[in-house]
Amino acid sequence: MILQNAQGDARIIAGGQSLMPMLNFRLATPTLLVDLNRIAALSGIGMTDEGLRIGAMTRTRDIETSALIAQHQPLIAHAVPHIAHLPIRSRGTIGGSLSHADPAAEFPALMLAVDAQMVLHGPQGARVVPAGEYFQGLFETATKSAEILTHIDLPHWPEARRFGFQEYSRRRGDFALAGIAFWADMDGDICGECRVVAFGVSDRPVRLHGVEQILQSHPLNDADAMLQARDAVDDLLEPDSDLQASAEYRRMLAAELLQRAVHAAGGMA
Amino acid sequence: MAQGSLIGQSLPRVEDDRLLDGAGCYIDDVALPGMMHMAILRSSDAHGRITALDCSAARLVPGVIDVFTAEDWPQDMPVIPMRLIPLESSVPFLQRPLAQGKVRYVGEPVAVVVARDRRTAEDALEFLELEIEALPPVVTRDQALAATGDALMVPEVGTNISAQYQIGRGDIEDAFARADVTLKKTFQSHRHTAVPLETRGTIAVFDIAAGKLTIHGASKVTFFNRAELAKAFNLRNDQVDLITSDIGGGFGVRGELYPEYYLAAEASRRTGRPVKWIEDRREHFAATNHSRDVDCELEIAALKDGTILGMRGQVRADMGAYIRTNGNVVPAKAGQFLPGPYRVPAFACEVLALVTNKTPVGTYRGPGRIEANFFRERMLDCLADELGMDPAALRMKNLLGAAEMPFDTGDLLPNAQKVVFDSGDYPATFRKLLDECDWDAPAQVHSDGRLHAMGLACFNESSGGGLYENARISVAASGQITVSTGSSSMGQGVETAIRQICADALSMAPERITVALSSTTLLSDGVGSFHSRSTVMAGSAVGQAAAELLDQARGEAGRRLNAAPAELDYSDGVFRVMGQSDRSIRLSDLSAMLSDQGGLDVESRYEQAPLGFSFGAHAAHVAIDPGTGDIEVLDYWVVEDVGRVLNPALVEGQTIGGVVQGLGDALYGELVYDDMGQLLTASFADYLLPTSTEVPDIRAVATGDYPSPHNPYGFKGAGEGGIVAVAAAVGNAIARAIGPAGDAICQTPFHPEKILTLLHAAKKGKQ
Ligand SMILES: Cc1cc2nc3c(=O)[nH]c(=O)nc-3n(C[C@H](O)[C@H](O)[C@H](O)COP(=O)(O)OP(=O)(O)OC[C@H]3O[C@@H](n4cnc5c(N)ncnc54)[C@H](O)[C@@H]3O)c2cc1C
Repeated sequence: MILQNAQGDARIIAGGQSLMPMLNFRLATPTLLVDLNRIAALSGIGMTDEGLRIGAMTRTRDIETSALIAQHQPLIAHAVPHIAHLPIRSRGTIGGSLSHADPAAEFPALMLAVDAQMVLHGPQGARVVPAGEYFQGLFETATKSAEILTHIDLPHWPEARRFGFQEYSRRRGDFALAGIAFWADMDGDICGECRVVAFGVSDRPVRLHGVEQILQSHPLNDADAMLQARDAVDDLLEPDSDLQASAEYRRMLAAELLQRAVHAAGGMA
Repeated sequence: MAQGSLIGQSLPRVEDDRLLDGAGCYIDDVALPGMMHMAILRSSDAHGRITALDCSAARLVPGVIDVFTAEDWPQDMPVIPMRLIPLESSVPFLQRPLAQGKVRYVGEPVAVVVARDRRTAEDALEFLELEIEALPPVVTRDQALAATGDALMVPEVGTNISAQYQIGRGDIEDAFARADVTLKKTFQSHRHTAVPLETRGTIAVFDIAAGKLTIHGASKVTFFNRAELAKAFNLRNDQVDLITSDIGGGFGVRGELYPEYYLAAEASRRTGRPVKWIEDRREHFAATNHSRDVDCELEIAALKDGTILGMRGQVRADMGAYIRTNGNVVPAKAGQFLPGPYRVPAFACEVLALVTNKTPVGTYRGPGRIEANFFRERMLDCLADELGMDPAALRMKNLLGAAEMPFDTGDLLPNAQKVVFDSGDYPATFRKLLDECDWDAPAQVHSDGRLHAMGLACFNESSGGGLYENARISVAASGQITVSTGSSSMGQGVETAIRQICADALSMAPERITVALSSTTLLSDGVGSFHSRSTVMAGSAVGQAAAELLDQARGEAGRRLNAAPAELDYSDGVFRVMGQSDRSIRLSDLSAMLSDQGGLDVESRYEQAPLGFSFGAHAAHVAIDPGTGDIEVLDYWVVEDVGRVLNPALVEGQTIGGVVQGLGDALYGELVYDDMGQLLTASFADYLLPTSTEVPDIRAVATGDYPSPHNPYGFKGAGEGGIVAVAAAVGNAIARAIGPAGDAICQTPFHPEKILTLLHAAKKGKQ
């Protein structure tokens, strides 16, 4: 209601770890801040019939230390310590990170990798947007101006699924210059269905179908497949250059990180 | 307690309790009644003519009490002078507090808004209507050299070269003619700067009725700044007070006479209110002095056995848009320190200072040295490769030995001031480093898939400097001693050092000494804190003042005790007649008896002797990830002979801090401009600092083997040895780690992208 009445001039504040810097830089100048911090129903992690449900206001640190996440979403559990530094993880929320949609952030890539569903609530009621449609560009999501993200639903993670997660940043805790989230459902030694999601290399996290196809139906340690997969990463990505890294370097990194992630999944790291 | 017994002890820092408890008082903690806040409109163009500047809308913003521009300055705007290495050719490029007619860098002050709070003042900046007609931006050294017409910073001068001169010694032609090997390379030290956690700030209080200007938040060189501000506002020196507070890092950039001091003073004069200005981080990156940004074409001539015959080259400094108070220090020191601690019998170098449309350059911890050490030490490793020699052996062969001291370096400064290395045995100190880091041990095999190597670098470093320093010691009737010096505290431990020296000289418990530093109200005169000088200069001044005070007190004590001065023993603040312990008198009682003459209160000036030179060496162990180019510094060693060691813990802290700062500069921090002269790195998101997780294991060893003969305690400076050779040692380690591709490691900062690109290119070259 408040969001609607303010006609786009209000902003939600969650952990404030992205919004406060923007206010400081005068990059955002809302007249009204709507604080979600005291709405208990928006935070917590629980089991559902389909998998796990995470409230948007759940702190990154609580996800990092959650036994449910460790057991049922090992890829996420493994990746979360890469996000920023402890004090920032203690304040920042998963909903804030997903709504902010920084292309180098971990949560958006992870949500894409695990086929998460975003639950949005607005004046017209609730709707569900799959991760693949939710991220729409640099700091842009499918959320409409009077909507909020309330929950994220994560589908069941098969027990035999293997994964790897790799990212590179110059200092520990920084946003990644490039990163790869990977999982594979194995058919014996052979890679079956798999996911390759790259982040930090485009205006949003990207799923690399072409690379997935190359890896499928080979063992994870197949050297020829890996060479082809690395080349495909190079072909598929068109990152931007910025102060921290050129497009070319980001491509080189992504290819290397892919190899490391796949090898980690195959127990070869 | 005997005199001399406190020298060499690791007394804990007196300042820490206050600072760590949050009881420090920084400039932003100071609030005065009726205080207003100032925000500065800064140019967002690198180079252009101001065609219109309309302040009328900003003046109407509620809460704004004043707006002013260069046009509003009552007389001619003052010119901010050079304090160090001033050269005639640099004079036309001096800065004024506000842009007049033209803007010459992004961040140059153009107008000032004074309002009831900072927020209002910043909001009002958006109502200032500034129109600028663009002029061609000059952003590189080559552009500066080629500039004509509109690309000239000051067209009447006809060139963007602000200084150009030749230095050298020996017969350079002969050296190159006799050489078995010559190598030529081009090096570059990138633009970066000090990033103190506390940004700059000031409160100016101009009391027109009383004829008094008070500047809070001063530091570094308060007496020079006082004299200049007095001149600018038509006041006498004694009508201007500069007051220091606690400081969250100086590193050379804080406390210089910047435009903002003049602007706050003028704002206070115009409004009759105290006016506060606190720099924000974005301002810091554009407004505080930048530093380094020097390149060097260097050529070396040597015999097959590694004997260096000569070095020649050209040093070119990008000075930014104006020459500020530090004058030509950066280029001059880059030239002077190029031959370093080695014999180098023949040397010739041209020094060039060039003005460009960037933030002006000043001194930052180790000015010119960082650059020179990087250029020379990388060159020595390249020479060692060329000769197939161990880099340590090559250095050992050419370092100056004890028998060669004092060593006359020849005319290496533009003002022809003679520089002589005073003392030391450089090979012996270097040997200590090699032992510390186990250089001669067989190379370890590492199984982490990374490329490991060690790198070395040597340096020597002048200290002291600044013609004199004052110290004042007074004794209260309570027995408490107060000591003041012209050197100020920037958190570096000067309070501890001064207290320790004073306690030692008066043979008293340190707890009885209070240190009050650097406000211009405490002393008649003084110089300041820079050039690793505070312990050397202020420390010597304190020793001298203590001796004078005891002398005077001894005479008085003799008179009161009816004894000849020579019959008196002195210790722990008490004079006793020898052999008669019941005939005694305390310093505090003497001071009370002398209260009609102001008590015991001595101010003394210590005059500069020649500079002392410390010598040191660094070693770095790095590991490179061949898949990402990632550079990790795993271990770091520094051995430095700092002359007599006053307080080993302070020296160790200074050295470790210097190394960390140097690592940040070598690996992360870079001020980047685009082709239009826009500064792209204006926040911590883009200008990266090392954090605790990036700090390797650092071992810092200070030896006191070769005291300086030039001051009573034998001190040499210890504030810069930790930083000055980091880029050199890390660069050499990286180059050795990546093999032949390492030959191209000639520029800082060392970016993983560069490393990976070099490794890929080397692999392709082989295929
Ligand atoms: C130094 C530093 C380093 C960092 N490093 C990383 C890193 O390596 N990786 C990483 O992923 N992140 C990093 N971050 C960002 C951090 O993870 C943030 O916490 C996160 O991106 C935003 O979460 P928040 O809860 O703080 O959101 P806020 O800052 O409160 O909000 C962010 C945005 O989302 C909107 N919003 C918040 N919640 C909702 C909601 N429920 N519905 C709709 N809109 C909403 C807000 O209006 C705002 O626009 C870093 C931050 C800092 C300061």
